[in-house]
Amino acid sequence: MGKNGKLWIIILIGLFSLPVLISPAFADVSAETASNGHAWWFWPIVLFFVTFIMGIFAVLGGVGGGVLYVPIISGFFPFHLDFVRGTGLLVALSGALAAGPGLLKMNLASLRLAIPVALIASTCAIIGAMIGLALPTNIIQISLGATILGICVLMLTAKKSELPDVPKADRLSSALNICGIYQEASTGEIIDWKIHRTPLGLALFVIIGVMAGMFGLGAGWANVPALNLLMGAPLKISVATSKFLLSITDTSAAWIYMNKGCVIPMMVVPSLVGIMLGSLVGVRLLKIAKPTFIRWMVIAILAFAGVKALSKGLGF
Amino acid sequence: MDEKSTASLEATPEQLLYARILEKGMYLGLLILFITYALYVFGIMDPYIPLDKVSDYWSMNVNDYLEHAEIKNGWAWLGMLKYGDFINFIGIALLAGVTIICYAAIVPTLLKSKDTVYAIMAILEVIILSAAASGILAVGH
Repeated sequence: MGKNGKLWIIILIGLFSLPVLISPAFADVSAETASNGHAWWFWPIVLFFVTFIMGIFAVLGGVGGGVLYVPIISGFFPFHLDFVRGTGLLVALSGALAAGPGLLKMNLASLRLAIPVALIASTCAIIGAMIGLALPTNIIQISLGATILGICVLMLTAKKSELPDVPKADRLSSALNICGIYQEASTGEIIDWKIHRTPLGLALFVIIGVMAGMFGLGAGWANVPALNLLMGAPLKISVATSKFLLSITDTSAAWIYMNKGCVIPMMVVPSLVGIMLGSLVGVRLLKIAKPTFIRWMVIAILAFAGVKALSKGLGF
Repeated sequence: MDEKSTASLEATPEQLLYARILEKGMYLGLLILFITYALYVFGIMDPYIPLDKVSDYWSMNVNDYLEHAEIKNGWAWLGMLKYGDFINFIGIALLAGVTIICYAAIVPTLLKSKDTVYAIMAILEVIILSAAASGILAVGH
């Protein structure tokens, strides 16, 4: 990590720690103690450090921040699921916004592939968000738990294909001219890619969009298999386009949650900065960490959070 | 590598334009968010909900929170920007709105290159995201 990177981390950690030391509220903790027995700054700081660790694990485990954020924070923190979903979407959105410009400039994220997919996914994310906010919390909690356990199964079983075999582009993708070329940095090889099964892929994004909006999870866990295994985009293009796609899908759902009032700034900023800084550290640790072990750990944490969400929803 | 493949390796003009606007919007949104959050938690601006009372609300569902805190949803936050907590919504709205600007910006480029289908899809996306942002798609428990 460069000097600037370290400096930024120190500045941002200071932003979250200093109020505790110099705020007038800190001078009289007893007067500022909230109803749950903690001073006001307790939960934002805990949230910051937990999301910081979550950001590290997200990078090392190869998952997005949103998919870890919603089940873990809703399961183990005192925040209502409405606010956790609103914040989860903003967390996933910020990660996608931060990564998007670079991926587009490098031509790894394909705008041509993303535009039709995003049109469907973002429309359906709005519908998902509206369904999610209309249903009773326990139903959402149960569905969230089941979805998280399903994601664990997907992470355990789904294979990835670096360069899927696409013998012939389908008619729709040919008409839309969805194809591209990129250079594989490790080998210098020029890779010409095209996609197939476009109508089926687009149909799958109806479900992915609804789920992203309903649970505030982000949707990288579903985007990548759909783009890579079903539609046949190379893995690098799929991962990059998926990340960029989240900036559009999550935008639509985030507005629904925001307009409904599901955003509390006290929760949003520590979460967002924690995940972003954790991701920066995670990228550095990637060189020395054992990804397989971390991935198993992430799956185990997700499974635990999924069971916790199910039990909360069922009232156990 | 021949000239043709070199040209194709580069991102299209509309993709580069989208990336540039997204980058600027993202940095500006984050910067505003950090500044306004500092104004909020350092007590430089008084919040609408006192800092020690926020935790009374975040365990409620959103409808109860709005009712008990006497907050209107939608774009009502624009009228409450004098408060330290609500000023944070400027940065959040910018982060959530930059994609709409990106899409609107690439429409002329797509039309110029006679990419009508993609121009129509970009316009549709602007309409859909604007509808979501406008607050007309209201829901309730």
